[in-house]
Amino acid sequence: MIKRSLLFTLSLLSALTIWLFSALPAFAADASYTLKIKDHRFDPALLEIPAGKKVNLTVANLDLTAEEFESHDLKREKIIAGKGQALITIGPLKPGTYRFVGEFNESTAQGKIVAK
Amino acid sequence: MLATAIVVFREVLEAALIVGIVLAATRGLAGCGLWVGAGVMGGLLGATAVALSANAISAAASGVGQEILNASVLFVAVVMLGWHNVWMSRHGRNLATSLAGVGVAVRGGARPMHFLTAAVGLAVLREGSELVLFLYSIAASAPSTSGDMLGGALIGVAAGIATGAGLYLGLLRIPASRLFTVTGWLILLLAAGMASQGAAFLVQADILPTLGERLWDTTALLSDEGALGRVLHTLIGYTARPYGIQLLFYLVTLLAIMGLTHVVNRPRRGAVSSNATLPARSTAQASR
Repeated sequence: MIKRSLLFTLSLLSALTIWLFSALPAFAADASYTLKIKDHRFDPALLEIPAGKKVNLTVANLDLTAEEFESHDLKREKIIAGKGQALITIGPLKPGTYRFVGEFNESTAQGKIVAK
Repeated sequence: MLATAIVVFREVLEAALIVGIVLAATRGLAGCGLWVGAGVMGGLLGATAVALSANAISAAASGVGQEILNASVLFVAVVMLGWHNVWMSRHGRNLATSLAGVGVAVRGGARPMHFLTAAVGLAVLREGSELVLFLYSIAASAPSTSGDMLGGALIGVAAGIATGAGLYLGLLRIPASRLFTVTGWLILLLAAGMASQGAAFLVQADILPTLGERLWDTTALLSDEGALGRVLHTLIGYTARPYGIQLLFYLVTLLAIMGLTHVVNRPRRGAVSSNATLPARSTAQASR
């Protein structure tokens, strides 16, 4: 009985995942930026991007350990594996300041995106 | 140490609250602890697998594999929770007035525990993979202070479990005749909140439109980042700055589960009620 329900859950999960994969967008962004994480700090800690445009943000983690990019202002949360990188699409944003942190090292990993 | 405890607490909290609700919702079922335990264990195994392949998952699907996995896990959990509610409304309707009665229904062949076990497993899987990565990173990055960090992690886990246990014990104070009505509502809201969270992940992956970037902003009133905001985020899907599509997913889930519950609950002509021996009063009470 456990086996059957596990099988059912897993197949439902994979079917949904595969279906969503097939619905992938083309990622048409207007501009691309790179943010580095080194010694649990963001570089640059202040990133200026154009307002009203879709932006591709590549976060490259140079540390050996994982980090979670989290921003309540941008409504984004994403794990970036150690020595890995991740793509985060943001915007179009209204002009303003948007805070983000590395949740695993919040005391040092802090940054801002300023949309102008 | 405190910083570590807080991060761990946040990651444990969501899963602990869900486990607390599920334990209360299955009170009186034979072996319910075992089922929930199986869900937690399965979730932890899955979480470790996900954490180990974090890099591969991130790179998959042009870089949005993580969002797709998160959304899929959430949506499947929504289906499981909804399924349980529909099942309870059909089989547990008249039996809900006594805990023993539900036990009989479950032994009678229909087993709603599968759905909830799966839902618990998926919740643990999602939060657990982040926890595994975090714990690994503190263990690897600072060997000199890792004892201190470990202490913080243990405090965080303990605080998270204590919160879930507090919710469970609070729910147990509800009289048995009302308990399943309350847990039914809690599971309904939990499911709707998860659907809205899943929609947000698909917006992040650029698969779904926002349908309104910011429907409202209640950050000043109740922030997403505070303790109460986080608890309500899990329990009822609260978010201070929702997308339009999040509200849409929330309402559709709510209406779909309530609608299905209503449909299967409708008395059918000619159907022999298996609960005919129960006094009429309890039937009326339960269907209110």
